[in-house]
Amino acid sequence: MSLKNAKDGILGYTENIGRQSIAGVEEIGNGGFLLLESLYWLFVGPRLKQPVRFSAVIAQMMEVGINAIPLIAMMAGTIGAMMAMQSIYMLRIFGAESQVTYGVAFSVVREFAPLITGILVAGRSGSALAARLGTMKISQEIDALKVMGINPVRFLVVPALLAMLVMVPALTIMNMLVGMLCAGLYINAELGISLAAYWDQVIDILSVGDVLHGVGKSVLFAILVALIGVINGASVTGGAEGVGRVTTRAVVQAISAIIITDMLFAFMATR
Amino acid sequence: MNTEPNIVIEVEDLVTHYGPRKILDGVSMNVAEGEIMVIMGGSGSGKSTLLRYLMALEKQTSGTIRLLGQDIGTASQQEMFDLRKKIGVAFQGGALFSSMSVGENIMLPLYEHAKLDMLTMEIMARMKLEVVDLAGFEDLMPAELSGGMIKRAAFARAVIMDPKLLFCDEPSAGLDPVVASALDDLILKLRDALQMTVVVVTHELESVFKIADRVTVLDRGHILFIGTVEELRNSKSERIQNLLNRRPEDETIDPDEYLRRLTGEEEIGGDATL
Repeated sequence: MSLKNAKDGILGYTENIGRQSIAGVEEIGNGGFLLLESLYWLFVGPRLKQPVRFSAVIAQMMEVGINAIPLIAMMAGTIGAMMAMQSIYMLRIFGAESQVTYGVAFSVVREFAPLITGILVAGRSGSALAARLGTMKISQEIDALKVMGINPVRFLVVPALLAMLVMVPALTIMNMLVGMLCAGLYINAELGISLAAYWDQVIDILSVGDVLHGVGKSVLFAILVALIGVINGASVTGGAEGVGRVTTRAVVQAISAIIITDMLFAFMATR
Repeated sequence: MNTEPNIVIEVEDLVTHYGPRKILDGVSMNVAEGEIMVIMGGSGSGKSTLLRYLMALEKQTSGTIRLLGQDIGTASQQEMFDLRKKIGVAFQGGALFSSMSVGENIMLPLYEHAKLDMLTMEIMARMKLEVVDLAGFEDLMPAELSGGMIKRAAFARAVIMDPKLLFCDEPSAGLDPVVASALDDLILKLRDALQMTVVVVTHELESVFKIADRVTVLDRGHILFIGTVEELRNSKSERIQNLLNRRPEDETIDPDEYLRRLTGEEEIGGDATL
């Protein structure tokens, strides 16, 4: 092994870490700028006679929200029932199975509903957004928009962002209700607590703040999924293979960002 | 009486870079109103790059580009917005939006800029589809069209706003000779019918001879020739004759340089090894 190659290896490794760090900071900056530009077009666009197309927002809402209902309902129900099973198993050790509603209500509403919804939307719609924008970039459709005097952020990004901002919290609320219902059905079957008594207990336990905690997180997740999808889609190079690469990257980054944000949010909200 | 042609595209001393690499170096040219200017050159000569700068898709390192009298380097956002309404572009692959039908693609610039009622926009789109021989195809999706039809639909979208300038990137690339010739006829027809100035980037010699009023030949980022088709044919330049006669240029290979490229080493020999 040559000395030069060994030096290159250490230097190259250090240089690579530096480059990746700078690229990471640059991407966060791009995300912030993209969010500001989206807000600009949303509020200033109509005054410039370049409003955001309402029909595009509705189409995106259908794609992000309505078409995702079956998948999210199924996952919510499964996780709700699973939470009930695990909570009963654990509480049985202390002979406190009747307190199962506490564990289920807090976990589903404050944690699992926004987290699972965010992850599913990232896998389903964040990847689709990155792939769509990436394909549009390599087929020069983004250039076509620019030369037609149509701002791509206004035309493509704002509708996706608005759709996510409306539909992710809506899906999260649905996730909460379905998850709680399925948990209640399992508790009814296992412990014989009636559904009416279960819902009464849930309403007693949960405050508006708990629901807002879950919904608030889902708003942040919506913004993260949309911006990460757009930034990755817009950075595509190298044809179809590049589209596949940015799509995978968008999903991995979005899920990682959701989990880290979730932890930070939980830390700050419980101080 | 003033017989000076009205210059609508002016490029002065344009220098552009892609990263550290210089792509265009001191390019100057102009295009008169109503003229068809063909930009040609070998692969990597910088012709598509020049077109991207003319379409204001990139910011130049230095130099000036004026379109319809507007310096695009110093134009405000609103000035660029107004200028873009007067420019049409037919991209190499068509760049039709795959989620929209042919009719919706063609109507999009009208929908965004003209604010007309839907019936009027549909009528205007059908008129342009008639011009490009695609009448009746407005409800099809781009994926249902052939390569030639996609390019014609792209032309219809490019001219829907009756632009003053039309840019075409490799219009006949990847098409059979008959369809390519039909597209050349379409460019001539659009120029005559709509009184547009057209800039075409191509390396198809038949197209050049058929449609060009003047030709710009680029070579490694520099302008090698600007003139009429006749002047091009009669040029004594060896490079131009090589281009016209499809002769590859002799390239002297430095053996050391070749070896360095293969091994990826900066220097041959002299490495400290353990």
